[in-house]
Amino acid sequence: MTRVGFNCDQLQDWDSLLPVMLQQLEACCRSRSIALDPGQLPHGVQQLLRLAQSTPVHLPPQPSAISPVGRLGRFTLETVARGRELATFSGEIILECGALSRGQTTFRLRDFWSFVQAAGAEALPIVSLISILVGVILAFVGAVQLQMFGAQVYVANLVGLAMVLEMGAMMSGVIMAGRTGASYAAQLGTMQVNEEIDALRTLGISPIGFLVLPRMFALILMMPLLCIYADLLGIIGGSLVGVFMLDLSVSEYFSYTRRAIHLNQCLEGIIKSTVYGLLVGFAGCFRGLQCGRSSAAVGEATTSAVVTAIVLIIISDALMTFIFNLLKMG
Amino acid sequence: MTRVLTVENLTMAYGKRLLQRELNFTVNQGDIFVIMGGSGCGKSTLLRHLIGLKQPAAGRVLYGGIDFWQAGAEQRSRILRRAGILYQSGALWSGMTLEENIALPLQQYSGQKGTSIREIVAFKLALVGLSGFEHYYPAELSGGMRKRAALARAIALDPEFLFFDEPSAGLDPISAKNLDQLILEIRDSLGATVIIVSHELASIFAIGTNAVFLDSEAKTMLAAGAPEQLLAESADQRVIDFLTRGKGTRGAPTL
Repeated sequence: MTRVGFNCDQLQDWDSLLPVMLQQLEACCRSRSIALDPGQLPHGVQQLLRLAQSTPVHLPPQPSAISPVGRLGRFTLETVARGRELATFSGEIILECGALSRGQTTFRLRDFWSFVQAAGAEALPIVSLISILVGVILAFVGAVQLQMFGAQVYVANLVGLAMVLEMGAMMSGVIMAGRTGASYAAQLGTMQVNEEIDALRTLGISPIGFLVLPRMFALILMMPLLCIYADLLGIIGGSLVGVFMLDLSVSEYFSYTRRAIHLNQCLEGIIKSTVYGLLVGFAGCFRGLQCGRSSAAVGEATTSAVVTAIVLIIISDALMTFIFNLLKMG
Repeated sequence: MTRVLTVENLTMAYGKRLLQRELNFTVNQGDIFVIMGGSGCGKSTLLRHLIGLKQPAAGRVLYGGIDFWQAGAEQRSRILRRAGILYQSGALWSGMTLEENIALPLQQYSGQKGTSIREIVAFKLALVGLSGFEHYYPAELSGGMRKRAALARAIALDPEFLFFDEPSAGLDPISAKNLDQLILEIRDSLGATVIIVSHELASIFAIGTNAVFLDSEAKTMLAAGAPEQLLAESADQRVIDFLTRGKGTRGAPTL
């Protein structure tokens, strides 16, 4: 056989599978030195085949095989690069704070107040719900144990101390990481995708002063207030268990709570929450500005912001608890 | 000439804000029909009415005699399956490779599986000059390449209708000319009917066979016909101004 032709008299309709199959047939004929005559094929099919063959095939670069040592080296370089980005971002924030104090940066007060509203008043419903439930859970778990020793009255001490020292600050930190930190990362990530941040830079406006500082300051300002609010609601949540399950009177419960908590302990929680506010704002803005140029990258930045913020909250909590204990012993 | 798409007394509005009223035109089989007009006159909105993304305030859109907006959901879906759409930004799904982008409509509707789909995808990419780019993500491509990849996705199901929203927007003159040529060749090969939203005069005169001119002040269409015919015969100064790029006198268009 030296030549292949086609009889298309019976062909009524066709779709893309026909030219795909013809391409394969052509390759097969070429490898066997058989001529293929497309002359009798429908005009549209001939045109599609011509069009498909009119541009050369792009050969994507083949990824070279990397040895384990090479992989380790790449990982090290990437880690160093990430560390450098983090240090640069932190440095820029410090410099911009300096510039702000000298009135040399573009800081929009209107933006700041809207972030205060978003991180403060608008967060109250979720903080209320979570805090009351945390108080109830702590009281309930404590009551079950303490009842065995007839010491159920100390549930008030347990809930009060736990909320004021740890849970109030930490729960509001985690809530704000998932709520506000994620929102900051998504906002800045989308601005990165839409080249809005490039537009700021080319105008000579620092995105740190213009976008990051108002967000971080709003969180730093609001977190201690949210923490105090969460402490109170957690204690109220605990009192529900005390009153309805342990038959304590309201005044008795709050009297035990007041005796158990000292001002220093309240301050400890408030300082922690301020640090958490700083870290949540930092993580959200950092990941947002690091975002790539696609919608998938915005999703990754948001997830990463929440994870980073929660990890930083836990690490800083451990460190601060250790430091506060050292100070007490001193 | 077979009428494949008819717009009857179509009125478009955003809430109480009227955009265009009483639009009437017909698109014939094999036409390259251009919806043209100045910025903000409602060209892209008209396209959204034609492809089922926005319901008209009044009037009808008929596909081969079937009133699109009166048809049931199943019938509307069948009509849309016959259409390929190239959005202004390309609208490729950024989290998927080009192969995945083009394979998705095929997996959904073509009834083909695995290898066949991969072969069709490779063929479609070859048609738009992107052979070998199967595993690239949209973000790794230039603007012109993204447009061509989006075109490959639009023709994945061998559509009868091809809708283009500003296909040349953001492209350099050579890329825009090549894309026009590609649209012509694909229209001829697939026998499709093409509806283009454009205000690029070079494209309108190069490939348009019929056109409608929308005006934002009159809030209706001022003219319909072949672009050359409109340039030569239109009595409306706004149409002449648009087609001569504000020169205001008839003659060869200033491109």
